[in-house]
Amino acid sequence: MSLDAKIPEGNLEEKWRNYQINSELINPANKKKLHVIVVGTGLSGAGAAATLAELGYDVQCFCYQDSARRAHSVAAQGGINAAKNYQHDGDSVWRMFYDTLKGGDFRSREANTYRLAELSAPLIDHFTQQGVPFAREYGGVLVNRSFGGVQVQRTFYARGQTGQQLLLAAYSQLYKMVRTKKVTMFPRTEMLDLVVVDGKAKGIIARDLVSGAIKRFAADAVVLATGGYSRVFRLSTLAIGCNGSALWRAHKRGALFAAPSFTQIHPTALPQSSEAQSKLTLMSESLRNDGRIWVPKIREDTRKANDIPEDERDYYLERRYPSFGNLAPRDIASRAAKERIDAGFGIGKLKNAVYLDFKNAIEKFGVETIKDRYGNLFKMYKKITGVDAYQEPMQISPAAHFSMGGLWVDYELMTTIEGLYAIGECNFSDHGANRLGANSLLQASVDGYFILPNTINNYLASELKNEQVSTEHPEFAKAEKEVMENINRVLSINGTKTVDHFHRELGKVMWQECAMSRNKKGLEKAIQQIKTIREEFWSDVKVTGHANEMNTELEKALRLADFIELGILMCTDALQRNESCGAHFREEFQTEDGEALRMDENYSYVSAWEFMDGEFKLHKEELTFEFVQPSIRSYK
Amino acid sequence: MKITFRIWRQVSPNEKGEFKNYEVKDLTEDMSFLEALDHLNEILVLKNEKVIAFEYDCREGICGQCGIFINGRAHGPHQNMTTCQLHMRSFQDGETIVVEPWRAKAFPIIKDLIVDRSAFDRIIEQGAYISAKTGTAPEANSILIGKDVSDKAMDAAACIGCGACVATCKNSSAALFTSAKINHLNSLPQGHPEQHSRVLDMTAQMAEEGFGYCSYTGACEVECPEGISIINIAEMNARYMKARFFG
Repeated sequence: MSLDAKIPEGNLEEKWRNYQINSELINPANKKKLHVIVVGTGLSGAGAAATLAELGYDVQCFCYQDSARRAHSVAAQGGINAAKNYQHDGDSVWRMFYDTLKGGDFRSREANTYRLAELSAPLIDHFTQQGVPFAREYGGVLVNRSFGGVQVQRTFYARGQTGQQLLLAAYSQLYKMVRTKKVTMFPRTEMLDLVVVDGKAKGIIARDLVSGAIKRFAADAVVLATGGYSRVFRLSTLAIGCNGSALWRAHKRGALFAAPSFTQIHPTALPQSSEAQSKLTLMSESLRNDGRIWVPKIREDTRKANDIPEDERDYYLERRYPSFGNLAPRDIASRAAKERIDAGFGIGKLKNAVYLDFKNAIEKFGVETIKDRYGNLFKMYKKITGVDAYQEPMQISPAAHFSMGGLWVDYELMTTIEGLYAIGECNFSDHGANRLGANSLLQASVDGYFILPNTINNYLASELKNEQVSTEHPEFAKAEKEVMENINRVLSINGTKTVDHFHRELGKVMWQECAMSRNKKGLEKAIQQIKTIREEFWSDVKVTGHANEMNTELEKALRLADFIELGILMCTDALQRNESCGAHFREEFQTEDGEALRMDENYSYVSAWEFMDGEFKLHKEELTFEFVQPSIRSYK
Repeated sequence: MKITFRIWRQVSPNEKGEFKNYEVKDLTEDMSFLEALDHLNEILVLKNEKVIAFEYDCREGICGQCGIFINGRAHGPHQNMTTCQLHMRSFQDGETIVVEPWRAKAFPIIKDLIVDRSAFDRIIEQGAYISAKTGTAPEANSILIGKDVSDKAMDAAACIGCGACVATCKNSSAALFTSAKINHLNSLPQGHPEQHSRVLDMTAQMAEEGFGYCSYTGACEVECPEGISIINIAEMNARYMKARFFG
């Protein structure tokens, strides 16, 4: 299988325009006849569904939550990047493109990354027009702040609730189109399989989570906007319902999975405090604008933070990375924290955290300014921990966060299955081996609002002449039967251990061997351990209740079964990449001072895995750098 | 900690529900309230019983999906907090905790602690948006909005749609929810062209769904996780009058 990314001709600045000039169009009368399924209602899904409906397509939109407004884009706090250069600080589309490419450690495509930067400015115009209450100066213009990995101020924000405000804008647009009957919403409905007819995506099998009924839905194209899969670690910053099942089902039906092991570990989450914990709450990276990260210079220091004098504090990020300091990119900040914690300098009850201190900032700017910038984050911190961070430093710790990996997509965001698209976090495209802060909301939105609605025509134009596949097609019956068999199999095991038990086991292995640092021996061991977990799951799990009723335990079991297999693929991917790049840090490949050692000669490619009867076959999309010379990524 | 949960169990919308008691040992103060329910569900599975259906997603206080009546209060004993942010340290060892679903005619029970809040989506559908297609936006800084106006819009826009305001209101009114969205959009210049139809259509849908009317007891703002003020309701009423006269 050869992987053709279909990159348009021309200079970087011309590629997207050239693509649009040469792309097929469909006249409005014909668009009405075409049906599109969108799975997921986060920023990318809701944005795409609303925009496709505005263009005239007939859209069916699905989410597992009770309302489209719950999708996990809602939880992004800090902001969204755009190359507006409002701050007159030397920003440009080119600089943003370069920062993103470098931030991803040169493991993404130049053309995709450039397009992301290029479309960022119109996106801010778009959201402003939709009524997003972005932060403003007294004179009425928009405000920016800094984020990790860059030296300009290009991040737009709405207090600490940027994701919420953008998502609610997208959700509102979605419901605007529900009102016009161009979108049909299916909340509390979870996709359980993809239906492929003659090599083309033609529909999905989904479960009505209220009645338990298995239903068939047919369309001319299927768009997955199902988000990230870091719940494979169990403890993560993701919502509890976030899952990888739609991706995994598509993968098993033939879609290649790209760079599955590239997972971002976020440096500023609240530390785990007990075994029963279900979730690690994220504290926005924007806090690193004013907060200083430190640990005591003495191992296992038992003093309270405020009792430790200034010269006995190790501001390790400022020490190791003087030019970026506390705003070093996430992978680097997380790894530096892990290094200090592993060396015995961790703080907190379980010695698994570091301090994030606002003392200097409060002295410099006053409490009111800090409250204005981060008030709701401080409030949230207090609700969860009971501690007032205006008085003493926050305790933070790294946590599994974003999936840079996902389904392999070409420039049109189409997967290797014709007519199946993946947008937002669930694809692999723009972030390479590490995503920069505030680029996630950006990518999801740009994919959904601007890119997909332009590229999907190119495929659907050719589908116009084909008759629509009905849900009576044998492939629907076959997929539905497999889904039902899978459900019945899970319910009939009647073993002795709960779903959560197996998820905890999987999470421990993944966090230990496939998170911030990895090595050959550990990954090989992990693959064996996960296979054992898989065997035990399928012989000893216990799920009560029935298939034909609301059954939250069954939902969890089906998602976990897919996570277990995905975990094996993630470890396999990490094992084949004999280099360190971005968030992928292989202990065997590091410089003398512990920085990542990239091996461009052999590993300048995107790994893309094919599912073959339970085994995975590696394909490579070579990355060519025509406009930028990959450099050693230094933030010192 | 040892806790007795007294939990509302109801198989489906049409069947009669009842309270059942569950005694749970070995809980810790660090656990969130929802983690305590997770723990109880694991125990139930191993006893071959059906799990308690309850809702959650983000577990960090922003998605609005969790929402349980705990000891007679929406989202539990604290003000301005979601259920997922509630921790067991807020309860006493040996305590009995009464756990019920949201109670409102417009929020029918689906199962156990899960209710149907789709009425909120239908209110949003009636105009909680700015009718401008993707691709039609002017340059962002060409629309100047003073910081005070923008901040006020943000205060209202912060609503997470959890439904605590409805659940705690003796009239089951959705006035706080509806007014927050109306004021967010109507106070911004982008929202002006549709300001009157927005107020009229959204309030009409609110009544259509069976929510009650507001009688200004202020119970809603006490439980609202985002602390949205009832001044929003007064403002909505003023906007409603304006729309009736000038709309």
